[in-house]
Amino acid sequence: MTVPRKLPLLEAETAFFWTSGEDAKLRIRHCRACGHWQHPPLARCPKCHGADLAPEPVSGRGRVTSFTVNHQAWTSDEVQAFVFAVIELAEQKELYLFSNVLAAPEAMHIGMEVAVRFERHEDVWLPLFVPVEAAHD
Amino acid sequence: MTEFAEKLCRITGIGQSRVGRPSPKAPIELTLDAALAAIADAGLKPEDIDGIANYPMKSTEGGGISPVGVGEAMFALGIDCTWLGSGTHEGPGHMSAIFGAVMAVASGICRHVLVFRTVAQAQARLVSRESTLLTGHQARVDGNNAWTVPFGAVSPANMWALYAEAYFARYGYGPEQLGWIAVNGRRNAARNPNAIYTKPITIADYLASRMISTPLRLYDCDTHIDGATALVISHRDTAKDQPNPPIHIEAIGMGLGGLGQGIHTGDFTTLPGAEKAGAMLWSRTDFTPADVDNAQIYDGFSIHTVLWGEAIRLWGKGEALGFIDGGERIALTGELPINTGGGQLSGGRFHGYGHTFEACTQLWGRGGERQVKGARLSAVCNGGYGYGALLLRRD
Ligand SMILES: [Zn+2]
Repeated sequence: MTVPRKLPLLEAETAFFWTSGEDAKLRIRHCRACGHWQHPPLARCPKCHGADLAPEPVSGRGRVTSFTVNHQAWTSDEVQAFVFAVIELAEQKELYLFSNVLAAPEAMHIGMEVAVRFERHEDVWLPLFVPVEAAHD
Repeated sequence: MTEFAEKLCRITGIGQSRVGRPSPKAPIELTLDAALAAIADAGLKPEDIDGIANYPMKSTEGGGISPVGVGEAMFALGIDCTWLGSGTHEGPGHMSAIFGAVMAVASGICRHVLVFRTVAQAQARLVSRESTLLTGHQARVDGNNAWTVPFGAVSPANMWALYAEAYFARYGYGPEQLGWIAVNGRRNAARNPNAIYTKPITIADYLASRMISTPLRLYDCDTHIDGATALVISHRDTAKDQPNPPIHIEAIGMGLGGLGQGIHTGDFTTLPGAEKAGAMLWSRTDFTPADVDNAQIYDGFSIHTVLWGEAIRLWGKGEALGFIDGGERIALTGELPINTGGGQLSGGRFHGYGHTFEACTQLWGRGGERQVKGARLSAVCNGGYGYGALLLRRD
């Protein structure tokens, strides 16, 4: 499954997220005061408005809330079908991450358990996901 | 109690340029075609206009999304205004320009505000058909788009496909039901002389159409056009002396939240911001959803119509596609005709403003072959990432 990608710019608030995979751990911004996880990272905690925030490792596990199989070529390059999905991380309800699930389109289903797997592109470690039963290939 | 701002305002004139794919006319000419038609329709001269609003602010990026600014329009009309305003991408969607106009009129700053929306997306596609997000001049993607583009999701089609898939899974519907929104749009567009696609399609044609991003097919996606729509919002004190029976802005509803900056709330089967818009809309009127006799519901993608219709309570949660299935109840002769001019799917992406234009067309009885008999109360919804709704009424 090849995906036509453009890499993210490493911005002050988000660089930790895109480089987190260097040690194979997914990190999400966490509020030390109230324990709320937030993604994408914001300047303050949306629950308690606190500023004591730091990236903390998460399990990297989650479930597919919804998915789509893209067939359309959005540039003149040919495209193979790929899966784009919204994943609810295990740590918190509605803690959503958009990503690709590296699975056959016909195997996809809502509720599928997935685990993170990083793919390095230059200075970015993209957090991609695989079905959990295939996570230990 | 303060009187709601919209109760002081009336829609007194509408205008629309010819639709083109592409149009031979420059965007400013399309804008003037629509603006001058709306001003004349309102029984006014350009000099009577003392405010102009559009959505969004002029942009030279984004493939023709907003090629004409309010100042440019003012100079081209040869007038001098008191107030100019633009709705932003961060406001309550496309209708933010209408809401701005309502506030300008209700506050006494303006008497007659011209609102317009011009798009030149078909002309832009002659230059490049490629996704500007993938090919743009920047080597990397930043801001909101950084959360989706690195994963190949360069089109809103990918995002709205997630909503369609989740909705199907939760309520047990599928393309056999969703497709009727496209079939209905095409059927109505065939009766709209300014629609872009008028050749009828069947549900079989829909199901055979090219897959874009499952479960959304080609006919679930609206189409790039060049064109402009305009309307005049006047104070009710002057509207009574203008030629058209004034259209009351019975209620407005707006909402943000639930989606944006890469943040989504809910389970992808509702639009939380549109739910807020719906709640606000019905809190400002004694009418109820059952009183609506035609609805012009945003259809950038077909799934918008489902989610928006439920958000403004035309249908209960999970009930939209049961109502839409078969296409009869949403047809011109059905219980609740929707997108009577073809919507954006077949009418062309006038980007929300086609929906308000169509509502006024219906309320003024100008629909010709697509006229809904006895249209008196129209609900209009706009937007996929910021949400605005109108309830329009004719006495
Ligand atoms: Zn907190």
